[in-house]
Amino acid sequence: MPERSITEQMQEAHGRPPVLLPGHTYATVTDKISAVVLSRRTPLGWYIGFLMSAGLVGVLTLAIAYLMYRGVGIWGINVPVAWGFAIINFVWWVGIGHAGTFISAILLLVKQSWRNSINRFAEAMTLFAVMCAGMFPLLHMGRPWLFYWMFPYPNTMSMWPNFRSPLVWDVFAVSTYFTISLLFWYLGLIPDLACLRDRAVNKWAKRIYAGLSFGWRNSARHWKRYESAYLLLAGLATPLVLSVHTVVSFDFAVAMLPGWHTTIFPPYFVAGAIFSGFAMVLILAIPIRKIYALDDMITMRHLDNAAKVMLATGLIVAYGYIMEVFFAWYGPNQYEKYMMWNRMNGPYAPVYWGLILCNVLIPQLLWLRRIRYSPKWLFVISLDVLLGMWLERVVIVVTSLHRDFLPSAWGMYIPTRWDWATFLGTLGFFAAGMFLFMRLVPAIPIFEMRELVHKSSEEVAVK
Amino acid sequence: MRAPVYGLLAEFDTPSEILAATRRAYAEGYRKMDAYTPFPVHHLPEALGMRKSAVPLVTLIGGILGGLTAYVLQYWVHVIAYPINIAGRPLHSWPSFIIVTFEMTVLFAGIAAFAGSLALNGLPMPNHPIFNSETFAQATRDKFFLCIEATDPRFDMVETERFLQALNPRAVTEVPN
Repeated sequence: MPERSITEQMQEAHGRPPVLLPGHTYATVTDKISAVVLSRRTPLGWYIGFLMSAGLVGVLTLAIAYLMYRGVGIWGINVPVAWGFAIINFVWWVGIGHAGTFISAILLLVKQSWRNSINRFAEAMTLFAVMCAGMFPLLHMGRPWLFYWMFPYPNTMSMWPNFRSPLVWDVFAVSTYFTISLLFWYLGLIPDLACLRDRAVNKWAKRIYAGLSFGWRNSARHWKRYESAYLLLAGLATPLVLSVHTVVSFDFAVAMLPGWHTTIFPPYFVAGAIFSGFAMVLILAIPIRKIYALDDMITMRHLDNAAKVMLATGLIVAYGYIMEVFFAWYGPNQYEKYMMWNRMNGPYAPVYWGLILCNVLIPQLLWLRRIRYSPKWLFVISLDVLLGMWLERVVIVVTSLHRDFLPSAWGMYIPTRWDWATFLGTLGFFAAGMFLFMRLVPAIPIFEMRELVHKSSEEVAVK
Repeated sequence: MRAPVYGLLAEFDTPSEILAATRRAYAEGYRKMDAYTPFPVHHLPEALGMRKSAVPLVTLIGGILGGLTAYVLQYWVHVIAYPINIAGRPLHSWPSFIIVTFEMTVLFAGIAAFAGSLALNGLPMPNHPIFNSETFAQATRDKFFLCIEATDPRFDMVETERFLQALNPRAVTEVPN
């Protein structure tokens, strides 16, 4: 039975901050996490934050409504830059989702117990990020109500999608990713929804949680099949972490365009995705642990580890930038050379150098232990990384397109207010989703925390 | 006609106690029983006499079906239903079919794992006699329960209760049906 003294001994034994601060038993972790949803007063900050993000959702609705009325001409896109914000934001949002899957699937398979307290909200982050991402290509189609033309179904036009096109691969990659993430997240939630059902006092809350938990009753036989399914889903989600952004990068890399047509794209996109995803995890984790006083479950160890992953993936991304420049310099293609020169010196040069500053230079601060152990610094650096990764997408999409092979076809891309409104709107949509998630379901997996309490006490017993 | 009692429920405090109790009950000859724990306890399903979970097999079948569906669909579309000649390149361009095949394999396998595990568990099942117990809600908090069901041939109100009491539980209660 876990006692206060045991978990304290554990902290001494490890030297580093533990993944769960001492003093917790099965009952205390259960009560503390379920209280956030059931009995604790909703903090004022929640209402303010939710109202603000709901306001941005209003902006999004307006932007979409006007887009439906007028068409994509309200955006700044035109030939030669036909992709613009829609694709920049799509790639950025999909990338952010990757950290959620990385944490929940890969870290589960390699038995990193520190993942347990952050996987649930990281997975929720994935879901909302992929929803935001999915909106952009749909809206960019011009006639979004015909979206089902992308799927292979027998139709009166006798037409079929071209399965040799990366854009069709993308449809399958992103929809599979969303479905698997949703199933994985929901499967993890079932025992905790049952826990809320048993704790809830309000009659309707009890009924709703009972329905959502499918009548889960903690049977040992059920647990066995459950664990088996959970592990299998983790195994299935693992290749998705690598494949989704690889397929997204094919949208670019398969095209014969200087700046896009390069073999470095798949690995460099995946690393960038995890880089920005962990930045978003930190941006969410730092206020959550503060506001809900969950710093005994989301400890400095989590923040430190997330910062280290950010540093490592950031270096891979930096390597990608260096290789892009190297290919252009070493390769025989004059258009490639010109594209690189234009990135560094052309009209969008400030964006390129801003990206180098945000993604390569500033994250080097994470080498310092003092920075990694300061939530304030981590928060600022994470914002910087998200900005940097967004600038990277701007550089990839816009600078590769805007100077076509013939100077007569050159053009500039300037986003309009509707571009910005749509982008800000999705930020609000994401935030509103996260606020609702925090309020309605346990943000930390309760049963996995009980297991962690059990394992911690066993570890100490062995020592 | 249902029996008035679903079973007898013994309550324990720790995973090791419930595991020992389950092993004793199995050795005693009880088979129709189940253990309820706040988190998965290792070796407990085996102690209840459970052999293997069929979930991996269901998932494998789902994955194979998904992969085959995707590949056959793409082959049919590009070679039979809607062939497009692009500079004389082969219609059966298998490398470009790999990605959708992979995605559909993962998708079908994932759905099979999720739906399969629920179906094998007999869920959704909103109601179950075990919920009639007053203390059972603690199974989602910090208590470990062993329930010997009345349908077990060896079940006897007096004998089984005596047996359970001997395992040194916190309490033994009846579960009304």
